[in-house]
Amino acid sequence: MSVARFWRKQINRYNLVGTHCKTCDSYYYPPRNVCPKCRRDGEIEPHKFSGPGDIVTYTIIHTAAEGFEHQAPYVLAIVQLDEGPRFTSQIVCNPEDVHIGMKVKPVFRKLGESGDNGMIYYGTKYVPA
Amino acid sequence: MRDVAIIGVKNTKFGEMWERSFRDIVVEAGIGAIEDSGVSGDRLDGMYVGNMSGGQFVEQEHIGALIADYSGLSLDLHIPSTRVEAACASGGLAFRQAVMAVASGHEDIVMAAGVEKMTDVSSTAASSALAAAADREWEGIMGATFPGLYAMIARMHMDKYGTTSEQMASVAVKNHKNGSMNPIAQYKSPITVDSVLNSIMVADPLHIFDCSPITDGAAAVVLAPADIAHEYTDTPIYIKATAQASDTIALHDRRDITTLDASVSAGKRAFEMAKMTPADIDLVEVHDCFTIAEICAIEDLGFAKKGEGGKMTEDGETAIGGKVAVNTSGGLKSCGHPVGATGIKQVVEVTQQLRGEAGGRQVDGAEVGMTHNVGGSGATAVVHILARER
Ligand SMILES: [Zn+2]
Repeated sequence: MSVARFWRKQINRYNLVGTHCKTCDSYYYPPRNVCPKCRRDGEIEPHKFSGPGDIVTYTIIHTAAEGFEHQAPYVLAIVQLDEGPRFTSQIVCNPEDVHIGMKVKPVFRKLGESGDNGMIYYGTKYVPA
Repeated sequence: MRDVAIIGVKNTKFGEMWERSFRDIVVEAGIGAIEDSGVSGDRLDGMYVGNMSGGQFVEQEHIGALIADYSGLSLDLHIPSTRVEAACASGGLAFRQAVMAVASGHEDIVMAAGVEKMTDVSSTAASSALAAAADREWEGIMGATFPGLYAMIARMHMDKYGTTSEQMASVAVKNHKNGSMNPIAQYKSPITVDSVLNSIMVADPLHIFDCSPITDGAAAVVLAPADIAHEYTDTPIYIKATAQASDTIALHDRRDITTLDASVSAGKRAFEMAKMTPADIDLVEVHDCFTIAEICAIEDLGFAKKGEGGKMTEDGETAIGGKVAVNTSGGLKSCGHPVGATGIKQVVEVTQQLRGEAGGRQVDGAEVGMTHNVGGSGATAVVHILARER
């Protein structure tokens, strides 16, 4: 991922800042500028999520994505926050322990790095709660 | 709107074609379809080319113009040619654009083609290009791969409906059997449930034999208004429905992770347009980029009750001669998956079946067929219904 694309969403990634629609009381993470339910009638404000959630589904990736080779096998999951939204995250745990419904909490971790430039990306991963 | 018919088709061989270039293979498909149709190439009014990632796979953009040029349709004729992109649904969408151009009356004789040349880069680079069909900023950055996303669909399907690894493997076994009877297929050797389950794990629970391969290939079809189709061919195949739908780009935002709502929506619109139901369909080419994808597809299109797609496959109801023949070509799994070409290849397969030209994999008395082409993890779905009778 390019440096610019990463840095634009740095605050969101570092601090679990998403959005909340005041009109329909829906929460979004990743953040959205338009509420998909209310569209033009939506009223979007920033929202910092409390953090805990549980695993909706998961996989253990053995054939890694480019740049993630040294991490394999790693656990990738869809996490649902207590406020409702779902997003994709790595779970830092023993692959044998992961299961659907597992309670998890956020941690600040290195996500990856950009090729030879050595630019390191940090953000939120999850660990068993 | 005018009725539209297919008057010519051609698939190239699918596989690793180190010795051939991107433009070689798509021109072979295009010329083949023109020859099959009996029209003269200079009668073409327009061309739509499905291609996902020419920029990443062969460092070539401006695909529409390139193909028109190397097909000999630019000099003097200046035939308009448009590249269409919707990730792995690019081919299906190019076909849809071509159908609409003819149906609207704006163009008469139109070509829809699809092409991808994926083996000119390393498999890591190819996987990375494919991952661009998901959400780079919120899935890719976490190390998501396409097998990983479909593995998360599979895990939830297993948890919710009791779908088993053996049932998923039975999709691959069936499609390899069908592919073994398809001369263009990338993999022609039959496999067993055990060989799938013993193949290396890519993204738990998906083994490498649950995944479609990296493939080079091209396909093309020629369309004409139904009223004049008989001037060119004795066996025109009619388009009864064209439908397309969108969904969230990221898997995590779906209403139900085990259902591709874009497939449900496009399928429903197509059946309404054709005034048909799943019971009318003799064969369907579905988007089996992974074995779980075929299980979801037959459920989402209404051939199986939700949650019963795995069992239906295991029971042989989707084999040739079963209740509905699914992926007679061998599907993406065995025939191969040159991403931008797949949607057109599906149309070519159904056309050959409806014409009775499918050889050993022929579905007896096939009258109506369907194609189902998905982009990404389900953000785009394109569905068509084709028939022998107008
Ligand atoms: Zn809202």
